[in-house]
Amino acid sequence: MSAIPLDFYVLFSGLLFVVGLYGALVRRNVIGILMSIEIILNAANINFIAFSRYVSLRPETGQIFAIFVIALAAAAAAVGLAIVLALYRNRKTIYTDEIDLLKW
Amino acid sequence: MEPLYLVARAGLYLASLVTLAAAVMVVTLRNIFHCALALALVLLGVAVTYVSLKAEFLAVIQILLYVGAILTLMIYAIMLTHRIGSQVVPQTNRQSLISFALLGLFNVFFTAAVLKTDWKLNPSGGNLNVDARALGNFFMGEYVFPFEIISVVLIVALVGAVILGRSDE
Repeated sequence: MSAIPLDFYVLFSGLLFVVGLYGALVRRNVIGILMSIEIILNAANINFIAFSRYVSLRPETGQIFAIFVIALAAAAAAVGLAIVLALYRNRKTIYTDEIDLLKW
Repeated sequence: MEPLYLVARAGLYLASLVTLAAAVMVVTLRNIFHCALALALVLLGVAVTYVSLKAEFLAVIQILLYVGAILTLMIYAIMLTHRIGSQVVPQTNRQSLISFALLGLFNVFFTAAVLKTDWKLNPSGGNLNVDARALGNFFMGEYVFPFEIISVVLIVALVGAVILGRSDE
């Protein structure tokens, strides 16, 4: 079990987080931003499980946290995509720099 | 070391490489539908990582919930908001270069910090088995209050999504 170093999981999830954050920062499409956020949440989940497996005295805590994160990600995706659909119906665009109603 | 173990380890490294490549595809491809397909690959690769961490129940949850439900929702949203001629619309905003530079810098520091840290590893934690029965016992026992809270949050979010998503007439 300890043959795979913890560093591998931490570096892997760090790279995944950076890629997701890049997508969330530069994407114009709102659905693309939501997908990037899902990648970020997955990176966080890998960290939860890896640390609970390697460092914590109770390896189940990380998995319980990961299940909560997955449930909240499902809620975020449902609400976010509903907002995207409402936005598309009202403004006929899903590109973030064209949605500037609250910008002055 | 037995050869089967080495094969499994090589498979894990290969899966993580595929996952990272698919993640790059998610954030860079122009066609948003192709991005959704690459996202499916990312989620499956993360499920492989869960299995390697002995979290089989979470891997199943990951495939059922993410690949089965959330990705289907995303593909529905993509198809409902499709704009004709979207191939010529630029997909990134003007901050892409500076974001790339700053995040690359962050990753260099992060890698250095992780490699220099001396983790206080718990030698026995890796051998305990956490199966679905144990997780269920924890959810019904010690973590029952967060479990109830999350069910209320899910109900509120789904009702809110229905109200936001319905048409006005």
